[in-house]
Amino acid sequence: MNSILIFLLGLTFLFLILIGAGIFWAIKNGQFEDMEGPAQRILMDDDDPLLPDRDRAADTLNKAP
Amino acid sequence: MTEAAPCFHCGLPLPPDAAFTVRIAQQLQPMCCRGCQAVAQAIVDNGLAAYYKNRTVLPARGQEVLPAELDQLRLYDHPKIQQSFVLDTGEHTKQAVLILEGITCAACVWLNERHLLQLPGVRLVNVNYASHRARISWDEREIALSKILAEIQRLGYHAHPYNAQSAAASRERRRKKDLRRLAIAGIAAAQVMMLAVALYAGNWYGMEASTAQLLRWLSLALTLPVMLFAAQPFYSAAWLALKTRRLTMDVPVVIALVAAFVGSVANTVLSQSHVYYDAINMFVLFLLGTRLLEQGARERSMEAAENLLKLAPAMATRVTESGQQLVPVLELIAGDRLLVKPGETFPADADVESGAGGVDEALLTGESRLVVKQPGDQVIAGSINSDSPMTVRVTGIGENTVLAGIVRLLDQALAEKPRLAQLVDRIAAQFTWVLLALTLLTGVAWWWVDPSRAFDIVLSVLVVTCPCALSLAAPAALAAAGSHLLARGVLVTRGHALETLARVDHVVFDKTGTLTYGKPVLQATYPLAEWDAQQCLRVAASLEQASEHPLAAPFLAQIAAETLMPVIDPHNEAGRGVSGIIAGQRYFIGRAELAGHTAADQVAAGASQVWLADETRLLAKFILADALRSDAKLLVDALKAQGLRLSIFSGDDSATVRHIGAELGIADCRGELKPAGKLAALRELQAAGAVVMMLGDGVNDAPVLAAAQVSLAMGAGTQVARASSDIVLLSERLIEVAHALELSRRGMSVMRQNFAWAIAYNLIAVPLAALGWVSPWLAALGMSASSLIVVANALRLK
Repeated sequence: MNSILIFLLGLTFLFLILIGAGIFWAIKNGQFEDMEGPAQRILMDDDDPLLPDRDRAADTLNKAP
Repeated sequence: MTEAAPCFHCGLPLPPDAAFTVRIAQQLQPMCCRGCQAVAQAIVDNGLAAYYKNRTVLPARGQEVLPAELDQLRLYDHPKIQQSFVLDTGEHTKQAVLILEGITCAACVWLNERHLLQLPGVRLVNVNYASHRARISWDEREIALSKILAEIQRLGYHAHPYNAQSAAASRERRRKKDLRRLAIAGIAAAQVMMLAVALYAGNWYGMEASTAQLLRWLSLALTLPVMLFAAQPFYSAAWLALKTRRLTMDVPVVIALVAAFVGSVANTVLSQSHVYYDAINMFVLFLLGTRLLEQGARERSMEAAENLLKLAPAMATRVTESGQQLVPVLELIAGDRLLVKPGETFPADADVESGAGGVDEALLTGESRLVVKQPGDQVIAGSINSDSPMTVRVTGIGENTVLAGIVRLLDQALAEKPRLAQLVDRIAAQFTWVLLALTLLTGVAWWWVDPSRAFDIVLSVLVVTCPCALSLAAPAALAAAGSHLLARGVLVTRGHALETLARVDHVVFDKTGTLTYGKPVLQATYPLAEWDAQQCLRVAASLEQASEHPLAAPFLAQIAAETLMPVIDPHNEAGRGVSGIIAGQRYFIGRAELAGHTAADQVAAGASQVWLADETRLLAKFILADALRSDAKLLVDALKAQGLRLSIFSGDDSATVRHIGAELGIADCRGELKPAGKLAALRELQAAGAVVMMLGDGVNDAPVLAAAQVSLAMGAGTQVARASSDIVLLSERLIEVAHALELSRRGMSVMRQNFAWAIAYNLIAVPLAALGWVSPWLAALGMSASSLIVVANALRLK
């Protein structure tokens, strides 16, 4: 009973160290610097900012009075 | 070494071989290190020996100042470097803001102020404890800035002239450390609680003693980093509180943590079943989390204020006889001639020498209308040149600009804000005294009755009374109300905001950008020739768009982009308008004089008119005005229904303000108020006993926002306005203000219920625990349950 427990708990410790190292890495790399910006950014549709302008320019040229 | 006298300066024990002394009041006093010796010597040399007689608090251990560091400080005396952070307040007096590192408590503030004020030539020292900034003014004939900085260093603190970059770096370091603490506590809490569930289950269903013992040792191993690293801020806070002879919530927190940990370790070693590792971890995690959130909110406001200063452009184009050259803004001096191109920001306050055109001062005034500047006019640093190149002569640099002045005003208003937290701390101190006395009494009584049970019972009392429910009562309600409001687009940035909001009886509005959209909207089109309105709009929009003029937006909003016409040779006519050739015909849009016409029509207050003309005649007149927000009337009605008094304070001309007020049904309308005027009007209301909520959006509102009991800034407003306010209306839906007021009142009643419950719980639980009827595990359960009830009650706030 105890030997499997010790093995599993040891495994848990290994995972914990990995998780801890991951979080520390993220903190060091500034992943938590801006908690609001990324959440907002995902809502902004700026995938291809060139497209609308190009369309508009083409339209303006075509429809001269 | 305990028998020997401690270090005379810092109170730390003397090392065995200490040979440092300072002669203070004709007596040699022992010092623990060279640092303390140097600091004490500095104090004596400056005639401050009385400090040792009067002090009530021991200072931090002294640090030696190296000659190389002093040399570096001398750089700050260089006039070129000084002009980025030093302000001339008189013929010879200068003022600067310094960041002080090493300020840990109110006592440090006192020592710095006192010491510096006694230096010859220092006129004023004012240390802001919240922001760790010191405002210092000195006479340059009597003392150099480097000397002041060196003096601060000799006291064991570090001073940096305020420079947004360095403040940001030190803040980032602290924030990362706090995050690491939270991460450790979070990981450990999750694991330890899992093990605790196994232990509790094992207690109930039976578990092999060796397995239970293994789980306890594992819990201990996981709790160790939490106690040694994550909980460290509480130790230093409690230590500081004790050093200054105050009692804060941190003291019982630390006592409970240490007692629970020591008890758990003892029971682990003795193979007893009562361990409290789960409670320790949960406790530390909760406390660290709230600490981080509270700190984040405060830092945001500081950051925004700094960001504003960073808005000043770093380089500028200087015009000299030999031509143009790009120079750093730091090197500009009053009298320099600069070329500012369209789209560029004015790097300094200046007079226009040649060129003319519209300038966007929205950042400062919140008013979006372009202000036309002509030779001889003043332009303000931070405003944007929007249509044609201008040559200007610099009149003020960096700290001497109007923009920086507003930030200074804001800084002062923030410092004056009443500290609600101090009141809470005072109440907590009373509670803590009672708690500690009770625990001690219980311990002594049981020691006398039954020594074997004494530790168990003392621990029970400490754990059961652990001010969890009490300290969660307010934050839980605030957090629940806050997150509910956030979902509706109302961001509460300061803890006290909801509490004050519930007491508000007077609401003051700014006009532009708050009650109105703050952007010009096309109100009417009057065709003056045979063209119809639609055709006029098309030509106008095409002209504006082709020239990238800022007034294009209201026209473009009226016209589908596909119907715009190509414009040949578009250009801006210095502050008067735009011209261009469409289909072979030259058109003008802008002020009437542009096309060589004069117009004598009167415009409604607050509106501006724009004319469209060809080479021979006027074609159309457009009226552009700032429109009321669609829900402004709704909000005013809702607030009136809640029985609140309303006012409008605006920088706009009085006629416009009265007009808006009449439309909304607000009687108290005051126009033509400058930031200082708004502040004075607000103070007047407050002196009459009103609890004022201020709604605003511009930089000019920032000081008033900071001084009002509770303030709300529009999300689209300027950053400083948001920074200095307690609440930000992200959604821009004004009606949410009425909801926020209502929710705050309900939040307050939930908070009162929570307090009542927490106190009732303590009143019942403490005697039971003291009488020995509550075992430690039951105490831990009771504490968790009482906290859960408080949180659950708060979650009712919907």
